Amino acid sequence: MRARVHVFLKAGVLDVQGKAVENALHGLGWSGVSDVRVGKTVEFDLAGPDPAAAEGEVRRMCETLLANTVIEGYRIEVA
Amino acid sequence: MKAAVVVFPGSNCDRDCKVAVERSTGASVDMVWHAETALPPGLDLIVLPGGFSYGDYLRCGAMAALSPVMTEVRKAAERGVAVVGICNGFQVLCESGLLPGALLRNAALKYVCKPVDLDIVRPDTRFTRAFGSRRRAVMTVGNGEGAFFADADTLTRVEGEGQVVFRYADNPNGSLNDIAGLINTGGNVLGLMPHPDRSFEAELGSADGALLFQSLLETA
Repeated sequence: MRARVHVFLKAGVLDVQGKAVENALHGLGWSGVSDVRVGKTVEFDLAGPDPAAAEGEVRRMCETLLANTVIEGYRIEVA
Repeated sequence: MKAAVVVFPGSNCDRDCKVAVERSTGASVDMVWHAETALPPGLDLIVLPGGFSYGDYLRCGAMAALSPVMTEVRKAAERGVAVVGICNGFQVLCESGLLPGALLRNAALKYVCKPVDLDIVRPDTRFTRAFGSRRRAVMTVGNGEGAFFADADTLTRVEGEGQVVFRYADNPNGSLNDIAGLINTGGNVLGLMPHPDRSFEAELGSADGALLFQSLLETA
C-alpha cells in the first residue's frame, strides 16, 4: 500500500516561499495567479492490508514527525 | 558549575558552545552525543547548539527533537535543570514542545548573519540576571529560518506570562512581536536565535553572551 502525505503551511501562516514563486509567476506574465502556497509531499510504502488502519497509522506519523501542527496542516492519501 | 552540550549530527556550534561556556564560567563541559540515553549526573546546564541538525531535513530541528537524548533533556528540564537552545537549538526546543511556537523561513527569504541589538525584556531570569541594570545587549545572529511564529492565542499567552526575554531592536527576520528569545513558564528553559556562543569575548565584537552563561553561576 502506498501512502502519500501532503504538508502545507496553514492559512494565516506567511508562506514566503509561495510569495516568491507568486512574484516570479507574475514577472513571467501570469498575472491571474494568486495565493501560491509551496508545500511538500512525503510518499512511502506501508505494510499491511487494511487501508483504514493504515490511514490511522499515517495520521500518527504526521502528528509525531511529518507535520508541525503549530504551523502546518496535512492531507493523507492511502491507496 | 557542570554543563553539557548535546551534539546532533549536523550541529556545527557545539564546540563554540563548549568553549564559550568554559571561558565564560569556568564550568566543566561534557559533549553528549544525540543517541545517548543518559546524561552526565549533576548537570546545572544543558546547551542545545546551533547548526543544521539532521541536515535541516523535513523541518529545522524536527528530527533532533525526537532524538533519544531529548527524552533525558525533557526529564532534566522537568527537574528544573537550566536548558538553553541557541539558533537550531531554539528550533529543537519549539519542535519538542518545550517552548511554544515555531520558527519560520525569514520574511525576506535571506540568510541573516550579523550582530544585532537586543532589548533585554526580562532582566530577572536565571539567564539574564548578570546583565544587571543593562537593558541592551549585542549578539550575533546567523539564521535562515529564524522568524518566530505562534498563533494569536499563543502569542497573547506568551506575552501575558512574560515569557519574552529578548526582543530585536531592529527585527532582522520577521519574527512576530520582534521576539528573539523566549523562556518557558517554569523559567528554566530558554530558546534564542542570537548566538551568545559567538559573542562571548570582546574580540568577537561583543562579550555580552558571556553574561548569559555567567547568569547561571548564581543558581549552579
